[in-house]
Amino acid sequence: MPNRYICEITASERMTDTAFAMTVNCGELAGEVHPGQFIHIKCGEERLLRRPISICRADADTLEFVFEIKGEGTRWLAERKPGDRLDILGPLGNGFALPESGNIIAISGGIGVPPMLFAAQSATGGVTALLGFRDDDKVILTQAFAEVCDTVRVITDDKGYVTDLLEEELNNGAHSAVIACGPRAMLKAVAEICKRHNVPCQVSLEERMGCGVGACLVCACATQIDGKDHMRRVCKDGPVFNAAEVVW
Amino acid sequence: MVDMRINFAGVEFKNPIVTASGTFGFGREYGEYYDLTKLGGICVKGLTVTERLGNMPPRIAETPAGMLNSVGLQNPGVDAFIRDELPFLKSLDTVIIANISGNTVDEYAEMAEKLSNADGVDMLEVNVSCPNVKAGGMQFGTTTDGVSAVTAAVKKYSKVPVMVKLSPNVTDIAEIARAAEGEGADAVSLINTLLAMRIDTQTRRPVLHNNMGGLSGAAVFPVAVRMVWQVASAVKIPVLGMGGVMDGDNAAEMMLAGASLIGVGTANIVDPYAPLTVIDALGEYLAHNGIHSAKEIVGEVILN
Ligand SMILES: Cc1cc2nc3c(=O)[nH]c(=O)nc-3n(C[C@H](O)[C@H](O)[C@H](O)COP(=O)(O)OP(=O)(O)OC[C@H]3O[C@@H](n4cnc5c(N)ncnc54)[C@H](O)[C@@H]3O)c2cc1C
Ligand SMILES: Cc1cc2nc3c(=O)[nH]c(=O)nc-3n(C[C@H](O)[C@H](O)[C@H](O)COP(=O)(O)O)c2cc1C
Ligand code: FES
Repeated sequence: MPNRYICEITASERMTDTAFAMTVNCGELAGEVHPGQFIHIKCGEERLLRRPISICRADADTLEFVFEIKGEGTRWLAERKPGDRLDILGPLGNGFALPESGNIIAISGGIGVPPMLFAAQSATGGVTALLGFRDDDKVILTQAFAEVCDTVRVITDDKGYVTDLLEEELNNGAHSAVIACGPRAMLKAVAEICKRHNVPCQVSLEERMGCGVGACLVCACATQIDGKDHMRRVCKDGPVFNAAEVVW
Repeated sequence: MVDMRINFAGVEFKNPIVTASGTFGFGREYGEYYDLTKLGGICVKGLTVTERLGNMPPRIAETPAGMLNSVGLQNPGVDAFIRDELPFLKSLDTVIIANISGNTVDEYAEMAEKLSNADGVDMLEVNVSCPNVKAGGMQFGTTTDGVSAVTAAVKKYSKVPVMVKLSPNVTDIAEIARAAEGEGADAVSLINTLLAMRIDTQTRRPVLHNNMGGLSGAAVFPVAVRMVWQVASAVKIPVLGMGGVMDGDNAAEMMLAGASLIGVGTANIVDPYAPLTVIDALGEYLAHNGIHSAKEIVGEVILN
């Protein structure tokens, strides 16, 4: 069950000039998480709203997340040190539905990369990871992906887009599913490519959040199911959605 | 032991804390966190005659000690609420308040009839103060004529007590409250959110897709206390006070200003357990001050 936990930070590591990996100790929380789920972190008393951050890795006792400094909240988070405590709500949302069998493609870009590691780790079949970054300085986690994936392909914006790699992979062989996380424009392109190749695709979306538990309805995502419009909650019905249902 | 019970417009509440409309869905989500029967009451998300999808995102913006929202009354419509949500709410031993918004006076009347006949609704909260939809809500709530017309229509069709939810976006809120009382409202609640706006200085665009939204949270608390006090001084019917109540001391302060019940809204968004913390802390405040019954402090501010 989701709950509110006060967790101790056990490690905080700078990965790039703006990205940090943070580990917290919380057995009850870590034991329950699924790939694609997120936690909702209170970033200091000065800020009212919690910040949603995806889970990057979990073991029996600890949970790791990777975040980028975007504004005041994530800046505050980056300044926390091991031994400090965090007020965390979680685990929240619906994660990826990983297929029982078959090879999948996990495609991600930028700060959408970390949650895919957890998904790649948990997949039962083979995983091809396609990782896109702005430039060489932003590249993170490639070694960790290499340990759990059959194939890892990394691309930076100067050489092309991660969606180009997706086209290639889908042209080359059969895949039972594509899972994706990254900027909305990338996800939209991924959705189109998968539709063209007739491969089921799940995308993890971002939206500004309030409660994170499904009650305040501020995190709306426009979707269409059987021709009917639905506003669904990124925090509770998502953050992972069937790409074919999202109104891009 | 402090007696936390409040009889409000003839309805018995086990304690003064009610969750505010729109911050608590239809209760289910927070039911995953705690036993909902600990609450004095639950006020559900604003209902309309037919389903509404609401506004496009972003629907939320953070502010110093508060937030703006522009949800735009997303809800499944009154019939779907009665069919899909009310049975669960009815099964809970707590007061259920249905919150309604209409485009026309007739729509308010239609919902009042349906909901007050549906088994499980203990009270109606008539929202004439939603700042987030073009037609409906606030255009009634900012004039005495509008409030009178809606209150009269709802009172005519409702079989349960009627509470009118007032907008703070007016010059004289006491006058509006008296208009509701004049048409037979059993209670008033206030405040709804304050119309507000934020602009991203980098993009020069409003943060909210809807441009404007409603401000809530601690930032509005002093305004809410002032308005509760003004309204409680102006009418004889009981007042549900809300707006920025984040802790037990805030609740006590608002009761001293004249509120018999307290709505907890934005605090839920920060901490799922907020209403329970407020109930406990209010009880402690009362016990600490040697007060035996919560109702004893209502309106007991000592003016200078
Ligand atoms: C389900 C989900 C998972 C996420 N996972 C990660 C992750 O693993 N790593 C990571 O670095 N970031 C992640 N994000 C984005 C992260 O939540 C924002 O970068 C963060 O909230 C910014 O907060 P801030 O105070 O630094 O920025 P500010 O711009 O100061 O924030 C102002 C407000 O806007 C909200 N906001 C700003 N940007 C976003 C955004 N992109 N998405 C949602 N809300 C936003 C903030 O929460 C806050 O309420 C995720 C977002 C969602 C919705
Ligand atoms: C996300 C959100 C949605 C809301 N939706 C409604 C609504 O549907 N109907 C209504 O009458 N008030 C609605 N409100 C107003 C609250 O019920 C309450 O009056 C207001 O937020 C002030 O209280 P607070 O500061 O404790 O949140 C909403 C408020 C928020 C923050
Ligand atoms: S953030 Fe409140 S419903 Fe999603």
